[in-house]
Amino acid sequence: MIANLDYITLQQLWWVICSIVGALFLFLLFVQGGQTLLWQMAKTDTESAMIINSLGRKWEITFTTLVLFGGALFASFPKFYATSFGGAYWVWMLILFSFIIQAVSYEYRTKPANVWGAKTYELFLFINGSVGVLLIGAAVGTFYTGANFSLNEWNQVTWMYTLGGINLRGLEAAFSLFSLSLGLFLVFNARVLGALYLLSNLELTSVSAMEQRLRKAVWTNFLCALPFLLYVVVSILLMKGFHVDEAGVVSMVSFKYLFNLFALPHLLLLLLGGIGLVVLGVVGGAFKGSTRGIWPAGLGTVFVGLCVLCLPAFNSTAFYPSKFDLQSSLTIYNASSSQFTLTTMTYVALAIPFVLGYVAYLWKQMDAKKLTTEEALDHEAY
Amino acid sequence: MIDVDPSLVNWSRAQFALTAMYHWIFVPLTLGLSFLCAFYETIYLKTGNEQWKTITRFWMTLFGINFAIGVATGIILEFEFGTNWSNYSWMVGDIFGAPLAIEGLFAFFLEATFFAVMFFGWNRVSKGFHCFSTWMVAIGSNLSAVWILVANGWMQNPVGMAFNPETVRFEMENFATVVFNPVAVSKFTHTSTSGFLMGSLFVLTVSSWYLIKGRHIEMAKKSIVVASVFGLVASLFVAFTGDEAAYEVAQKQPMKLAAMEGLYKGERGAGIVAMGIVNSNKSPGDVQDAFLFEVKVPQVLSLLANREPGSFVPGIDDLVYGNVEEGVMGVNTMMEKGKLALADLASYKKAKREHNEMAATDALQRFDVNKEYLGYGYLDTPEEAVPSVPIVFNSFHIMAVLGSLFPVIFAAFLFYTLKGTVTEKRWLLPVGLISALLGLFAQQAGWVTAEVGRQPWAIQGLMPVKVATTNLSTTSVQVTFFMFAAVFTLLIIAEISIMLKQIAIGPEGH
Ligand code: HDD
Ligand code: HEM
Ligand code: HEM
Repeated sequence: MIANLDYITLQQLWWVICSIVGALFLFLLFVQGGQTLLWQMAKTDTESAMIINSLGRKWEITFTTLVLFGGALFASFPKFYATSFGGAYWVWMLILFSFIIQAVSYEYRTKPANVWGAKTYELFLFINGSVGVLLIGAAVGTFYTGANFSLNEWNQVTWMYTLGGINLRGLEAAFSLFSLSLGLFLVFNARVLGALYLLSNLELTSVSAMEQRLRKAVWTNFLCALPFLLYVVVSILLMKGFHVDEAGVVSMVSFKYLFNLFALPHLLLLLLGGIGLVVLGVVGGAFKGSTRGIWPAGLGTVFVGLCVLCLPAFNSTAFYPSKFDLQSSLTIYNASSSQFTLTTMTYVALAIPFVLGYVAYLWKQMDAKKLTTEEALDHEAY
Repeated sequence: MIDVDPSLVNWSRAQFALTAMYHWIFVPLTLGLSFLCAFYETIYLKTGNEQWKTITRFWMTLFGINFAIGVATGIILEFEFGTNWSNYSWMVGDIFGAPLAIEGLFAFFLEATFFAVMFFGWNRVSKGFHCFSTWMVAIGSNLSAVWILVANGWMQNPVGMAFNPETVRFEMENFATVVFNPVAVSKFTHTSTSGFLMGSLFVLTVSSWYLIKGRHIEMAKKSIVVASVFGLVASLFVAFTGDEAAYEVAQKQPMKLAAMEGLYKGERGAGIVAMGIVNSNKSPGDVQDAFLFEVKVPQVLSLLANREPGSFVPGIDDLVYGNVEEGVMGVNTMMEKGKLALADLASYKKAKREHNEMAATDALQRFDVNKEYLGYGYLDTPEEAVPSVPIVFNSFHIMAVLGSLFPVIFAAFLFYTLKGTVTEKRWLLPVGLISALLGLFAQQAGWVTAEVGRQPWAIQGLMPVKVATTNLSTTSVQVTFFMFAAVFTLLIIAEISIMLKQIAIGPEGH
């Protein structure tokens, strides 16, 4: 069956697969959100240990999803991989640095003779959760606002944005109100998810003071996220978008994304349903004493993420537009791998449900018992 | 057509080399130590002897410290292809991206999920399942080696693809050919066994230290027995697969082989240099001696390269300037063909733009004649095709000499530990103590041989590194280079310090 899929279907399928991985990553950013809550929520060493050990059992999955996201984009949309990573060099480099310093922090934070001290590793975690997530949002924002690149005949990327003679290589996205809002929304949303995850994962009776703080954080961070979300959504509905006509010529069209939502009503459903689920999780976690809010809120985040990633890619739209040179813009059709590679990779992708399956199974096994204070303070723990 | 800034290429190379070499400090240890942990835990499971559990947990702690920084240094490599080699990524992403994606999906997830069980699951899952998880981490680590080496093997010997003039890139034609590329196979077998070897050397180092200090003697001896069996077997495989790797190099990358042996004038019945000092002033085509001093074993190089003692092994001069009698086409000739191919490709694109189908078909036919030399068209001089001979020669010889030493070390440790006299062997223990360091040298030397020997190619014969780069300012790359150097150095200082502290604390601290 897979062998018979035509090229266009494969290209669309692969954008959806990449979007699913990306959307799952946005949910898994609860680890990063939790990291930024550490100093605020934990008032004692025991509470810190609880948070770190709870997040420490999940950080690798988030990290690996990011790696998979990069690999999947490389394999299926190499021109995007080359253009975005090579072009927006500084944004990606800073994001990656924030993940490099995260990777050692859990393991090294409380180990004796760790040279730089626990506070340094906690700072690393904080930077990863704040700056890292903010910049990821800014990078995703350029799917809507466009970026400042041009491609030559040999598809080599040139970045065209300078400030005071310095080429910012993508960092300018962090100064666009839209991208910045998307980034801040992601940061606050990750914090909401982080708090909800901790509520679900910790044995709360021994840390009831922190439980109160966590429940309050769910609500306050949700309130902080809301204006940014609204700003992003309203902007998307009103902004001009990058339309691609039959001949592949790109032009600006008013209300492009609004029309896309009407043309792709399932994305509209994902968006509304997603927001509804997040609200459900938040209300449950903040006011109803629920410990399972992470699940609706997480699923809601995945839905919203899917909508945000697919909306600018389908319905004759350029998903990585260039505002510097419209005709350099990338679509899922001109940026993809060959039909042969996409077909091969589709066979490979049959393993995704299996991988998701064992990740879920082990997650369940490991989290069947909630994390207790004794376990967090065990000498084997982080 | 494609402008290149040499300083940018060199800084990009330096950055990739820096980050890859940092990654490679930790990776081989992960490959080996993960299996050793699995062995120790399996013995524990079978015997129920708590001492084996203590041993397992001790090595696992060290494994975890190493693993974290291995992961930290890995993520950047994955993205550096895009950030610093974007032209490369675009030209070959159709083929090269797939193994990277598969690695993430199959290998890293296995490692990442079972890793949490291995470290925190002692009281949460059954003993059997825990042991299974440890095995999964080991298998996952080694699966990641498979896929990344498929990718690397493809750069050394590009197979299973064709150039598409329409998209101006290389596209995959046969996935199985890419995966079962003989260079990839020999790379995987050699690299994974060298990782097993590395893990075993590390166990020897730590255990020797305990024996010298007279601490944890029982535990050290038990650890040594398992590690030296594993290490002995691995080191024999390393030598065997290393020979296979050299054979592949001779067949697919004769210039690299010539550099590895400092062979300028090709000959029949060529000898191998057992020891030597390279004359670093020598350039291709001149009359200087290649060596200041050398000890040669006759015939062996021909045997190694072609499996036939009297056969011809081309030297650097033959490869650069051609050797008609032996049927070797020189880089100079290939460059002419390559330049024709590039010109025809440009005319093809131009004709296409002007919708001149006749001219396009015509140009394409001419292009097809010379297309396999495409990469040579980018070279400026034939001598550019020669890698740095001193670096490649020395690194190769360091690796090979150390490679012959390791089986002896393992055999000695195994023999005296079983005999029960290892603690008395005051000459052996210091050798054990430094053995991990020696292993690390061999590891790094191996990659330097492989990668520097591949220069100037990013993809052998098809794409020189100078056209693979991202169009960046050199300053940007310089800044990130020093950021990496600083961050990784700070992290490695912490890693070593933590590691030493844990070793000092010892297994009873658990
Ligand atoms: C403990 C580490 C170690 C040891 C003792 C050896 N090797 Fe090795 N070697 C490696 C670790 C390594 C490596 C790091 O794994 C490399 C780098 C690239 C690769 O495929 O494996 C490598 C590469 C490499 C290459 C280059 C392959 C290429 O460019 O594609 C050759 C020809 C050899 N080895 C040959 C040998 C021989 C003849 C050895 C003698 C016993 C030997 N190696 C010992
Ligand atoms: C340029 C090539 C390479 C890239 C792009 C790369 C990429 C990565 C990435 C992204 C990680 C972190 C994975 C995670 O999320 O856990 C990683 C870790 C790892 N990589 Fe690499 N890697 C490269 C070279 C290699 C090689 C040559 C090998 C083995 C032969 C290898 C083996 C491993 C292993 C075993 C890990 C687990 C962590 C550890 O090192 O302890 N990698 N690599
Ligand atoms: C982890 C072990 C590795 C080490 C120690 C290593 C080492 C190096 C070194 C020293 C260079 C620079 C060569 C020069 O400047 O002359 C280099 C370049 C490079 N290597 Fe590797 N390498 C490793 C693995 C890999 C793997 C597995 C891949 C492919 C998947 C790879 C792909 C490249 C690329 C694309 C470059 C840049 C182009 C070039 O300079 O040739 N490397 N590496």
